[in-house]
Amino acid sequence: MKIYNKGPIFLGIVIFAAMALFPIYNNFGKVNAKPEPKTDTPAILEWEKLNGKKECVEPKAFMKTEHMHLLDQWRDSVVRDGNDLYISSSGRSHEMSLQNTCMKCHSNKKKFCDECHNYMAVKPYCWDCHIKPKEDDKS
Amino acid sequence: MSMDRRQFLKIVGISSLFGLGASAASATYPVIAPGLRPDQARTKKNALIAKRWAMVVDMSKFKSEEDIKKVIAVCHAAHNVPDFGNIKDEIKWIWKEPFKNAFPGQEHDRMSAEQKHLPFIVLCNHCDNPACVRVCPTQATFKRKDGIVMMDMHRCIGCRYCMAACPYGARSFNYRDPRPFIKNENKEHPTRTRGVVEKCTFCTERLSIGKMPYCVEAAPQGGLVFGDLDDPNSEVSKIVSSKYTIRRKPELGTRPSIFYVIGG
Repeated sequence: MKIYNKGPIFLGIVIFAAMALFPIYNNFGKVNAKPEPKTDTPAILEWEKLNGKKECVEPKAFMKTEHMHLLDQWRDSVVRDGNDLYISSSGRSHEMSLQNTCMKCHSNKKKFCDECHNYMAVKPYCWDCHIKPKEDDKS
Repeated sequence: MSMDRRQFLKIVGISSLFGLGASAASATYPVIAPGLRPDQARTKKNALIAKRWAMVVDMSKFKSEEDIKKVIAVCHAAHNVPDFGNIKDEIKWIWKEPFKNAFPGQEHDRMSAEQKHLPFIVLCNHCDNPACVRVCPTQATFKRKDGIVMMDMHRCIGCRYCMAACPYGARSFNYRDPRPFIKNENKEHPTRTRGVVEKCTFCTERLSIGKMPYCVEAAPQGGLVFGDLDDPNSEVSKIVSSKYTIRRKPELGTRPSIFYVIGG
C-alpha cells in the first residue's frame, strides 16, 4: 500500500494526539489533592468547647450528601411559607438562613464550601445575592 | 417493516399503558423534592402574625421632606437597595410621588397648595388581588397567606411581566449588577443580582422576629400605621373604619392594602 504525503500526515497525527492527550499525560502520576473541608473556625471550636463535640444542624453524614436539598427546603420554607425556624432531628431549633446561620459557623467559605465545590466543578450561585463572609485572601 | 393503521394504534395503546406505569413510578419517586415536614418548620414564638397585613399612611404627620427622606433611607439601607445615581436604572422599594401622580384623576386646580405639593409616600400596595402575581410565569411573585405579596428571588427569571402588570410602578428591575452601587452592605440581608425584579416585602424578615417594618419605625408617630386589616381591633382597622381614607387607583380592582388618610 502506498501512502501519499506520508510525512505531513504522520506529523499531523502525532501533533493531534499530543494535543488531545495533553490532559492525560500532564496529570499522569500526580497525586490528585482530595478536598478537605475545614471545620476549625472560631465559632465551631467555641461550640465544641461548650458541647463536647462538633455538630451541625443535622448529623455529618446527612449534611455531606443532603446539604443542597436541605438548603433548598429551607429557602422554600422561609420565602414561600414564612416559617423560618428549623427543628432538627435532635430537637434543636435553628433559624433557617444561609447568611445568618450557616455562615456564622462556617465563616471559612473558601476552605469549606469552595474546597469540595471546586473539586467537583459545581458552581452554586448562592453568592450572587447572599453576602459571603469576609475572609482574607491569603487563606 | 411495514405497518398498517391498526397495528400502529395497538402499539400506541400499549405504550400508553407503560406511560401510566411511568406516572406511578414518579409518584413513588417524586421529581420535585418534598419540602420540610410540618414538624420540621415553624415561625418563631414572637413572630407577628396576621390574616391580612395593611398600612395606613397619614401624610399630615410628616412635617418636612426630611421625615420622608429618612423613611426611604432607612428602608433602602436595610435591604441593600442600590443607588445607581440615575433615574433609568433606579431601584426603589418606597419612594415619594406628588399627589397628582399617586392619585391620577383626583387632583384639581383649586386644591390647597400644601396638598398639591407635599409628596406622598408610596410603596408596593400588597394588593388583595395582585396583577403581578397573575402574570408571573414562574410564581416567583406570589401572595402569602397573610396577604403580603412576596418575591422569591431564586425563581425570578427577569421577564418583567410583573412590572408591566403593576399599575403602581412598585417594581424595579436590576438592569445592572447592583453590588457595586450599595454603599454600606447590610450583612444580615442578601443583595439582589443582575436580571431580577425587586420591590417592598413589608419587611417579612422583621415581622418574623416580632418587629414592625423599618419604614413604620422610622416614620413620625402615626405617620405610617401597620397592622392586621382583618382584625377589627387593630389600629389600622380602627383608622380605616373611622376616617376618610383613599387608595391608589381603586378602579382597577386590585384592592390595595395601603390606605391614605385624607384631611388629617
